Amino acid sequence: MRSVTGKESKFDAFVDKLKKESPIHIAKRMDAPKWLPIVIRIAAVVAAFLVCAIVTAFFEPSAFGTFFVEMFRGTFGTPRRVINLFWEAAILLLIALAVTPAFKMKFWNIGAEGQVLMGALMSATCIWYLGGKVSEGGLIVLCLIAAMAGGAIWTLIPALFKAKWNTNETLFTLMLNYIATAIISSAIALWVKTGSHVVGIMPNGHLPTINGQDYVLNIIIVALITVLVWVYLRFSKHGYELSVVGESINTAKYIGISVPKVIIRTMLLSGVLCGVAGWLLVNGASYTISTTLAGGRGFTAILISWLAHFNPLTMAITSFLVAFMSRGAAQVSTIANIGGSFADIVTSIFFFIVIASEFFVNYKVKFNFAHHKKNDKKGDSKDESTLSDTSSEEQTTEETTGVAVNEAQEETMSEFNHPIQHAEQTSDERSDNDETQNKEVTE
Amino acid sequence: MFWTFLTSTIKFSTLFLYGSVGETITEKSGHLNLGIPGIMCLGAIGGCYGVRSYIDSLGSLSQMSGFAVVLVGMICAFLFAALGGLIFGFFTVTLRCNQNITGLTITTFGVALNSLMLSKLDTRGFYEAGRLFAKGIVDGNTSDGLVKVLFSQSALVYIAIAIAIITAIVIKRTRVGLNLRAVGENPATADAAGISVGKYRYLATLIGSGIAGFGGLFFIMDYLTGNIEYGIDTYGWLAVALVIFTIWKPNWAILGSIIFAALYRMPIYLNIGQMEREIIKMLPYIVTVLVLIITSIFGRKSVQPPAALGTTYFREER
Repeated sequence: MRSVTGKESKFDAFVDKLKKESPIHIAKRMDAPKWLPIVIRIAAVVAAFLVCAIVTAFFEPSAFGTFFVEMFRGTFGTPRRVINLFWEAAILLLIALAVTPAFKMKFWNIGAEGQVLMGALMSATCIWYLGGKVSEGGLIVLCLIAAMAGGAIWTLIPALFKAKWNTNETLFTLMLNYIATAIISSAIALWVKTGSHVVGIMPNGHLPTINGQDYVLNIIIVALITVLVWVYLRFSKHGYELSVVGESINTAKYIGISVPKVIIRTMLLSGVLCGVAGWLLVNGASYTISTTLAGGRGFTAILISWLAHFNPLTMAITSFLVAFMSRGAAQVSTIANIGGSFADIVTSIFFFIVIASEFFVNYKVKFNFAHHKKNDKKGDSKDESTLSDTSSEEQTTEETTGVAVNEAQEETMSEFNHPIQHAEQTSDERSDNDETQNKEVTE
Repeated sequence: MFWTFLTSTIKFSTLFLYGSVGETITEKSGHLNLGIPGIMCLGAIGGCYGVRSYIDSLGSLSQMSGFAVVLVGMICAFLFAALGGLIFGFFTVTLRCNQNITGLTITTFGVALNSLMLSKLDTRGFYEAGRLFAKGIVDGNTSDGLVKVLFSQSALVYIAIAIAIITAIVIKRTRVGLNLRAVGENPATADAAGISVGKYRYLATLIGSGIAGFGGLFFIMDYLTGNIEYGIDTYGWLAVALVIFTIWKPNWAILGSIIFAALYRMPIYLNIGQMEREIIKMLPYIVTVLVLIITSIFGRKSVQPPAALGTTYFREER
């Protein structure tokens, strides 16, 4: 009996502690107006640009003024740069689209880098062995099929183990990235016997140019795929099923969705799209293969997909911004002579700020002194029986200062309070109504 | 020959050991910190700049004391790497952001900052400092193989092993360790039991990152004796793999890191072609994947990842 009461009073003390813990209260946004997330994100992007300019100035004080000019010059300066910018955005978008169905299913595939590389390797293998022996058109199609298969195999392996034994897919796909890198190194070592270990530009299997410009066809292909993926996720039965699996596996089972089937099917799609990305990188852009072909885009694309909340159209805007940041920063670092990796620093700072802004989209921060005061009074009434006098004195001093400062805020804040807290407050008031009144008189 | 291989392998394994012990502490709290490669880079930056300012404060290079230079390097590496951990903790605990994307961003940031900051660094005196870092109890040229393996290692190697053992004991045997595991397995229950989830996650990430930062310092100052031209990021990912390979047990990581280092360094000692070398370099990742698969098939609780690994905790979302 005694132990039970001991526990209870301990529990009460704990609850009191929770309520007094922090004057800052964080709650989920339930009924935010539609424009609010957009405003927050735009503000974040603007802030990110400013911070990046300041960071640039930290490395090279004279670069601050020219930062914005050079950003635009590096991205929109010449028609060629515009095409480069759009191509960079397009390839990021394509990989982001590839990982999105899996993410919607809450399958944390962080192996896009490896999947793209495997697609690229398969395509390069076709060119290496078949180049010149079959017609160019046939070779390109063969490359595409091989690349899709390569990407698909690389997603299928973790998907099968996830479906069958629930193997941790994050760690599995992460490891597969480096296995893919090592396979490419081995293949290059097999093909190139000279000391350089570099596969030069391969003469065959180039995608056709439009108006003499390469990359343009790539951009059109990605635009088509974007629409297709959007339709698939939004309107198809498959798209619906995978979002149900992502929301709740139990619900999916209950309504008769075969979860392993959905996982494998979605991951296949993911792998095929990554394969297409690898194919575009080899056949449409670099015409060669190396371990740095994907250049971290597999990871950047994951960030883009997540920040865009898996919406293909938002993703297009996000990839464009990221491509703008990295291309522009590369130009700034060349002009200011800061160093090659500076673009990565700027891009990651940009990501830090945009990631942080998601917090303000999803949660609201309340400086909740009003709520405090009432709870403390409840605590005071209990103090007579359970807690010691000294602690209650401390509370009152704390709370009076808090109240004095925040009297004005109290009213405005209470409007925005969560409905549940409203209920809590009223019940508090009800339970110790008379006691509180007495207290107030004595105070 | 064999003893030389073993000596250099143990030395090389220290890099993985620091990274994986740090990451294990972090993951035990439920944080999958994919920023570890970047954080090791931050440790390298901090360590190098610390050593730089120490050398600058001396009149001449001959005044350099081995104890002081190692201590300064370690403190600066720890602080810098812990700063990376602080960023991670702030984003994932306070701002409740997705751990994967935060970690990947930190890796990009750290790796890029590493190559930028170190390329600007003045490396006069670094070779001499590196020699002091790498100094063992006995001289490395001794003929007795076993003595060489055990006693010619540098201070950072012994410190790594000590940290691994202490971490294992703390996680397994103490109340702090129990609480840490509770936070990593089921944060809601831990919270209900009165354990501050946020505090444990912050501290685990900070300490884990700091320890991983020693890896960056070790790699540049000790293993490469002050040569700053190489990046650490590929080794950082091997450290993440090692955490899985040793099924989240820091004491096993001592042996695991030696196996990884042996696999990684074996090609140098074998008379084989470039392609075979590249294939052998794949092996650490393949064995890690196999461990991951086997442990998931035999689903025993003690060999699983912490149940809440990779999830952010928000009290009101139970």
